[in-house]
Amino acid sequence: MSNIWILCKKELRSYFVSPIAYGLMAFFALICGYFFYAAVAIFVLRSTDPMMMQRGMPMDINEWVIRPLMMNVSVIGLFMIPMITMRLFAEEKKTGTIELLATSPILDIEIIVGKWLAAVLLYLSILGISAVNLAVVFIYGKPDWKPVLVAYLGLLLQGGCLLAIGSFISNCTKNQIIAGAGTFAVCLLLWVLDWVAAYETTTFGKMISYLSVTGHFENFAKGVIDTKDVVYYLSLSFFGLFLTARSMESLRWRA
Amino acid sequence: MIKVEGLTKRYARNVAVDNISFEVEKGQIVGFLGPNGAGKTTTMRVLTCFLPATDGKAEVAGFDVRSQAMDVKRRVGYLPETPPLYPEMEVREYVEFVGRLKGVPKANLQARVDEVCGRCNVADVKTKLIAKLSKGYRQRVGLASAIIHNPDVLILDEPTAGLDPEQRKETLALIKELAGEHTIILSTHILPEVETICQKVIIISKGKLVATDTMENLNSRLRGSELLEVEVGARTGSINKDSVQSRLSSVAGVSRVEFKDVRNGHLQFHVESQQGESVRAEIARSVVSADWDLLELHGAGLSLEEIFLQLTASDKGAK
Repeated sequence: MSNIWILCKKELRSYFVSPIAYGLMAFFALICGYFFYAAVAIFVLRSTDPMMMQRGMPMDINEWVIRPLMMNVSVIGLFMIPMITMRLFAEEKKTGTIELLATSPILDIEIIVGKWLAAVLLYLSILGISAVNLAVVFIYGKPDWKPVLVAYLGLLLQGGCLLAIGSFISNCTKNQIIAGAGTFAVCLLLWVLDWVAAYETTTFGKMISYLSVTGHFENFAKGVIDTKDVVYYLSLSFFGLFLTARSMESLRWRA
Repeated sequence: MIKVEGLTKRYARNVAVDNISFEVEKGQIVGFLGPNGAGKTTTMRVLTCFLPATDGKAEVAGFDVRSQAMDVKRRVGYLPETPPLYPEMEVREYVEFVGRLKGVPKANLQARVDEVCGRCNVADVKTKLIAKLSKGYRQRVGLASAIIHNPDVLILDEPTAGLDPEQRKETLALIKELAGEHTIILSTHILPEVETICQKVIIISKGKLVATDTMENLNSRLRGSELLEVEVGARTGSINKDSVQSRLSSVAGVSRVEFKDVRNGHLQFHVESQQGESVRAEIARSVVSADWDLLELHGAGLSLEEIFLQLTASDKGAK
């Protein structure tokens, strides 16, 4: 357990002494700020719409601002994850420092979980920036805070499983560019899989759309925790870490 | 301390290490010699549990590298050819990190870090970024972190590669100093290094064990007959090559004289003595008494290549 923490701390530190963490945070702050502005602008436009005014029921800020914002953040996450994971193992393999880790009295799984945990913590701290945008909503409106927490839980779960997949891909190569591009391709694929859901009614089509990462996030964005989605994210995380462990093992016999 | 039996490592297309066996006793410094690609690194990687062997057994500090890998890893310090450093860390931080990885107790981690940094002469750069260090410093930081957990066995893969002569000397002196407490295997392809610090030599070539012996035995085995380089010049006037050659040949104990070259008007010869004869004094006397100048007289060391040729040639002869 303490070994995991040693690795995690080292990994977090190298994120924060390099420009990666700050670059990603700046990128996220910009994009997230833009989407927040867009969501609020639509909200304001609609609320002044005479048709809406006549409806008598006030517009729900959770539904009109927070939900679309969270859906967008989930998609931005897909773009950030390759940049977080690409160096995780590829760099160590390239510089040979993996030899230090592999000849130290720690288990492979401790190395993997430590690194993955660091990636998750970095991802969380990047997501934390969106809290600034939400704070504005909480200051000027009275949104329900529970769905917001659920949405963040969903983002965390989604990030966790994609970071695990990214770790695996980074472990397969010495080249960070390949690791990054590969992870990006997989993230993109897992995102667009549910686009077919609207047209497909066959079992196969449903299966495909079930595999979509963002599809499972929709419930979380609404503030609904469905065990189906939780199981999906957790099992995908375990699967990713399991593949990473296998790939790490193959390092020894493939050399 | 280290016991290797019939170790074989096969990759997909080639055999890197082919059925080698050797033993290393506690406290020894052992030189692991071989040309590039001989299988030195592979053998070391097996001993450090980085790679599994295809066949055979290896024991380090009484533990099997395959079934008791954790126990082995706790007792081995390993410095790969390129030190595994994180450029974004400071020296002190890095050594501390390695200490934690290797399981040095928290209570005396700081003291250990100070101690090994002092021993490896990196105390003055403790707060520097590793990225800014020169090659020599990096090597020493690598060495410091390899001994942080006070390992029984120290495995060093080409610890002097890429260093300048001064740094090389310092590193070797440091390794020699460490020998008392640790059993050390170091690989290299530079023979004089081994001669200065190792008690025992293991020579491999193309994955096969060529020789394993103590330094003295190996030396006498290979240099039963001494090879000397002699440079002779004329005191006045010119000098005749043939007369020098015949005079040198007539010295008792000399088996062969070979003319090598002319340099600045001086003649250079290779003189080989008979088995077990020391002929230096006689050669000097005979040259001087003929009224020539003896400008140089020294033993010509055998290069590693020559040792290989000799050893492999004698192997073939035995078969």
